[in-house]
Amino acid sequence: MSNKRQRILPGFHLTLGICLTYLTLLVFIPLSTIFIRSSGLGWESFWRAITSPQVIASYKVTFGISFLASLTNAFFGFIAAWVLSRYRFPGHGFFDSIVDLPFALPTAVAGISLTALYSQNGWIGQFLYPLGIKSAYSLIGIYIALTFVGFPFVVRTLQPVIEGLDREIEEAGASLGASRWKVFWKIVFPSLLPALFTGYALAFARAIGEYGSVIFISGNMPMRTEITPLVIVKFLENYQYQQATAVACVMLVISFLILLIINALQHWSVLIGQAKN
Amino acid sequence: MEGNTRFRIFRPPKTNSATNEPIYIRFLLILIMFIFFILFLLMPLITVFYEAFKHGFSMYLNALKDPFACDAIILTLSIASISVPLNLIFGLATAWLITKFDFYGKSLLVTFLDLPFAVSPVIAGLLFVLLFSPTHGWFSDILRFFDIRLIFALPGMVIATTFVTLPFIARELIPAMQARGNQEEYAAITLGASGWKTFFNVTLPNVKGALFYGIVLCNARAMGEFGAVSVVSGNIKGKTSTIPLYIETLYMEYKTQAAFALSSLLTLLALFTLFIKKCIEFSYKKRI
Repeated sequence: MSNKRQRILPGFHLTLGICLTYLTLLVFIPLSTIFIRSSGLGWESFWRAITSPQVIASYKVTFGISFLASLTNAFFGFIAAWVLSRYRFPGHGFFDSIVDLPFALPTAVAGISLTALYSQNGWIGQFLYPLGIKSAYSLIGIYIALTFVGFPFVVRTLQPVIEGLDREIEEAGASLGASRWKVFWKIVFPSLLPALFTGYALAFARAIGEYGSVIFISGNMPMRTEITPLVIVKFLENYQYQQATAVACVMLVISFLILLIINALQHWSVLIGQAKN
Repeated sequence: MEGNTRFRIFRPPKTNSATNEPIYIRFLLILIMFIFFILFLLMPLITVFYEAFKHGFSMYLNALKDPFACDAIILTLSIASISVPLNLIFGLATAWLITKFDFYGKSLLVTFLDLPFAVSPVIAGLLFVLLFSPTHGWFSDILRFFDIRLIFALPGMVIATTFVTLPFIARELIPAMQARGNQEEYAAITLGASGWKTFFNVTLPNVKGALFYGIVLCNARAMGEFGAVSVVSGNIKGKTSTIPLYIETLYMEYKTQAAFALSSLLTLLALFTLFIKKCIEFSYKKRI
C-alpha cells in the first residue's frame, strides 16, 4: 500500500533499519528466549513450576495487592487530575510537577524512604502501629509501595482528557436544568471512563512488575509477603533457572495481555471522541 | 485575564458557576488531594533528605567519600554514558520513522515500543541472564570460548539498562513531532535542503525541549534502574555495584544514614528531571 506512493521525506529505510535492529537485538530475541526456554521444559514440569505453593502464594499477593493499589490510585488519581486541571490554588504548579516523582525517583530510593516513613518508628508509622496497623514488613507495606509507584499513570492519563472536555456540553446540561451532580455523572464521567480504565491498567501493569520499592518494605516472608518478581529472583539466586523462566513466562503473558487491553481502551476512547464530533 | 485568574483562589479560569462545583466541594477535593500528596509523595521526599543529614553534614560527606560509594557513582555514570546515547539514536530514528511516514504495521510497531515498559525489570534482567550466562545462557559456549564475560560485568548491565530505558526518548519525541506536523520539513526538502540538513536545522530545533526532557528522563531512569541491573550484575561490591545497588547493600548492613546520603544524589537528579519537565511545559504554553 505505502510502496505505491512516493515518500516526500527521506530516511525511511535508514530509520526503519535502525529501529528494527534495536528492537530485534534488544527486545525480540531476548523475549523469545523466555518462550523457547519454557517450551523446552515440557508441559508437566512447566505446570509444576508455575503452580508450586510458594509461587501460587506470590501470585495472590502480587495480583491482589496490585488490584487494590491501582483501585486506590484510580480514586485519588481521579480527584488529583480533576483538581489539577480545573482549579487554581496556591502551589498548583508545584503539586502538578510532583505527580511525576514516583516516575523519576529510583525504585530503590522510594523503597527505603517509604520503609523509613511507615515503619514502627517512622513519622507516619508511629501513628499507625498503636492503632494496630502494621504499615511496614506486611501486606499493607506492599500496598503502600505499589500505590506510590502507580500514582502518576492515572493522573497523567486523565489530565489531558479532562482539559480537553468541551465545557459547552456541561453548560448545555446545566442550562437544561440538570444539577451539577447529575451533569458530572451523566455527561462528564462517562467520557472520562476510557481514560480512567487506561490509567488503571497502566498502574496495574506497573504494579505487578514492581520490584525495587517493594522488597524493602514487604519483609519478604515466604508464602506471606513475597511478590512474584522476588520469587523469580530467589529462583535465580538458587540457580533454579527453569523455575525462574517458567514463572517469568506467566508474568510476561499477563503483561502482554494488559498491553493489548490498554491498546483496545485507547481505541475505544478514540471512538468516543469521533462519536462526539 | 491570565494574570487575574492566578489570584482567584480555588476557582478555575474562564468559567461560570453553571459548570463549576460548589465551593465546599472544591475545597474538599483539594483537601483530599493535599493529604494524599503529603502522605505519599512529599513525606517520602523529605524523609530522604532528613535521614541523609540526620547525623550532620560531615557524616553526609563521609558517606559520599566512601571508596565503594565513589566506585558505584563512577560505574553508574559510565553505564548511563553508554546507554543514553544508544537510546538517543533509537529514539530519534524511531520518532522520525513513526511521525514522517505511513507504513504497514506502524501501530504494531508503536505497541512494541511499549514492551520494555510493560515487562517487569526483574524479567528484563532474567532475559539477558538466559542469553549470556556463562553456565546457562544460549551463547554460553561462544562466550566461554572467547573468554568474554557479559553477565555479572559492565556489558550486561549496559544492555539491561538500555532495554529498560529504550522507550523513553522516543515516547517524548513522537507526540512533540506529531504536534508540529510535517509542513516545515516538506518546505525544506522542496527548497532543496538535504535530508540531514532538514533533520538538524528544521526538525531538531522544533522539538529541542521534548528531546532534552527525553534525554534527562532517560538518564535519570538509567542511573536509578534497580531490578534489571540487580539481576544481571551479581552485585559485587566495588566492581559491579551501581548507586542503587550500593544503596541496597548499605541499607541491608544497617548503614541507613549512608544509604540515604547516596539516595539523596539520585533524588536530586529526579527533582531536576521534574524541574526540566516543568520548564519545558511552561515555554510550550507561552508559545501558544
